[in-house]
Amino acid sequence: MDSSSPSRSRRIAPVVAMAAAVALTLAGCSSSSGGKKSEESADGASAGKASTPQMTVALVTHQSPGDTFWDIVRKGAEAAAAKDNVKLVYSADPNAGNQATLIQNAIDQKVDGIAVTLAKPDALKDVVAKAKAAKIPVVGLNSGVSEWKNLGLMEFFGQDETVAGEALGNRLNSEGAKKAVCVIQEQGNIGLTQRCAGVKKTFSGTTETLYVNGTDMPSVKSTITAKLSQDKAIDYVVTLGAPFALTAVQSASDAGSKAKIATFDLNKDLTSAISKGTIQFAVDQQPYLQGYLAIDSLWLYKNNGNYMGGGEQPVLTGPAFVDKSNVDAVASFAAKGTR
Amino acid sequence: MSMTQHAEPAVTTPPAPGRKDSDGRTARRSLAIRLLARPEVGVFLGAVAVYVFFLITAPPVRDGSSMANILYQSSTIGIMALPVALLMIGGEFDLSAGVAVITSALTASMLSYQLTMNVWVGVVVALLVSLAVGFFNGWMVVKTGLPSFLITLGTFLILQGVNLAVTKLVTTNVATDDISDMDGFGQARKVFASSFDVGGVQVKITIVYWLVFAAIATWVLLRTKYGNWIFAVGGNKESARAVGVPVAFTKISLFMLVGFGAWFVGMHQLFTFNTVQSGEGVGQELIYISAAVIGGCLLTGGAGSAIGPVFGAFMFGMVQQGIVYAGWNPDWFKAFLGVMLLGAVLINLWVSRTATRR
Repeated sequence: MDSSSPSRSRRIAPVVAMAAAVALTLAGCSSSSGGKKSEESADGASAGKASTPQMTVALVTHQSPGDTFWDIVRKGAEAAAAKDNVKLVYSADPNAGNQATLIQNAIDQKVDGIAVTLAKPDALKDVVAKAKAAKIPVVGLNSGVSEWKNLGLMEFFGQDETVAGEALGNRLNSEGAKKAVCVIQEQGNIGLTQRCAGVKKTFSGTTETLYVNGTDMPSVKSTITAKLSQDKAIDYVVTLGAPFALTAVQSASDAGSKAKIATFDLNKDLTSAISKGTIQFAVDQQPYLQGYLAIDSLWLYKNNGNYMGGGEQPVLTGPAFVDKSNVDAVASFAAKGTR
Repeated sequence: MSMTQHAEPAVTTPPAPGRKDSDGRTARRSLAIRLLARPEVGVFLGAVAVYVFFLITAPPVRDGSSMANILYQSSTIGIMALPVALLMIGGEFDLSAGVAVITSALTASMLSYQLTMNVWVGVVVALLVSLAVGFFNGWMVVKTGLPSFLITLGTFLILQGVNLAVTKLVTTNVATDDISDMDGFGQARKVFASSFDVGGVQVKITIVYWLVFAAIATWVLLRTKYGNWIFAVGGNKESARAVGVPVAFTKISLFMLVGFGAWFVGMHQLFTFNTVQSGEGVGQELIYISAAVIGGCLLTGGAGSAIGPVFGAFMFGMVQQGIVYAGWNPDWFKAFLGVMLLGAVLINLWVSRTATRR
């Protein structure tokens, strides 16, 4: 095959030249600050690997897609699975009926253990009973702190949302706040409602609730702005998720309000906002720990018969406060997306 | 329906300047009735009603900065409602419009960050991606002849999954990294997400874009050949084709226009909030479509205007923020919103029926 025909190389030459030009242009467009290059390439937590035979564990949550919080839970579970020689099967659906179907699916796969979130406990009652009948150990995490024992789960890892809310309310008292607005990004979500109820219970000032459309950030921003200009007496905005806290900062400045911002849950942008002082503090329920312990506990049970919390008490992963005094210790982990 | 919104005469003559008393259908009507018959008048009256209602019940609304905030919320809906409305007049609609906004923002953010490029590179690539998504939708609809409901439902699900999976794959998180310290960010923020001072009130630049785009869209619809094509393909595709309207070109370009809108709103979100969560945007497509329908665009195509959706989007922003300004019990929030919008649509319907019956 003679490939040196002049017509062909003449056709290729401009293409090569174009590609080179594009590459050069792109190189000239490099950013001198930020970006991937400045990101530290740090490895995640790793603690060797167990020599126990491989087991399969299903983690079934009520996560809605693309939520930073659940991503951290999953990373914790994956870290424990890697260490314990566990094959992790992750699935999620915010609809309780679908979540029950996913648990049934795990039972049918004859997994060695199941970890579930009990956002809507009644809907999962029957399927959890089926897992028990099939002699599969089931542990709970994240939501369902008051229901896990009734459903016959072995252990539970998470925070009591009401307790976390109460802790935040107390903190507001010590900060000298007078009027707080609690921003709920998903109307009708029990856990979120419990948080705000907890705040209201212990906070000695007035608490108001505000609903925002969590899937549309510009509307979240305008709605918080509207609330802050409607009620100038508000001096604290409490959000229930990290991205909403960051948006609330912009709202406060738009509304010309002096209100300070506090939030539940962390992510990496939030830690830098706390160290800069634009956000006062966050209540952290340590989602990584929830995922990690749920998987690790099933491994311990299978290989050593252990019960965390003695099988009687929930293992609480929160509320832990992150503020300016301790944010530096957390920030490096948050940058990796694990805190 | 007035002649400016009708398909057949629009094919051959520019409709708006051609209005004369000798036209058989409008000659016997008074000016008031002729006005009422325009599709955007109903929604205009609805919007005025909602505005006056909140002006009375919610004192903070009277403040200039509150109005700027309401208009800001309206503009982020309105910029997308415009191309969505044009597409509906052209007889199709796009369920992927909500997540397409996030797709565009994710593309720009991740490309700049991962390759450590000037953010403008990401902005340009995101535009190409958004236009490509629009082209794909339009091309599929034209080639297969399937309802755009099915095609764009497929795109909606694909984009939703791709947004999540690719973001996770590239960043190992479900949100993008903060790009606010990168080259070009400040410029891009000036273009897409700045604000300026009007008599002590901070006004967001999206409001200006919104109104400018609406003016351009109105001019295109009423004064250009392309505008006639849009009405023609939405009114009756076959007869439009018979008189030489390039149906495929019109439809595909309309879908690409929605892609352009998604890019624009996506860039606004990226440069306002610095990062993007990959799960956002779901459900927004229905709000865009609602704003267009409230604004007088028929779900069946062939009728509507570009100014109507402006009032439709305004109504959304007004009701959504008005409830907050009024300080009502937020448990009823969604119900209030629904009742207000339904009420507005009914006024809209009543006005247009009264006008066309006589």
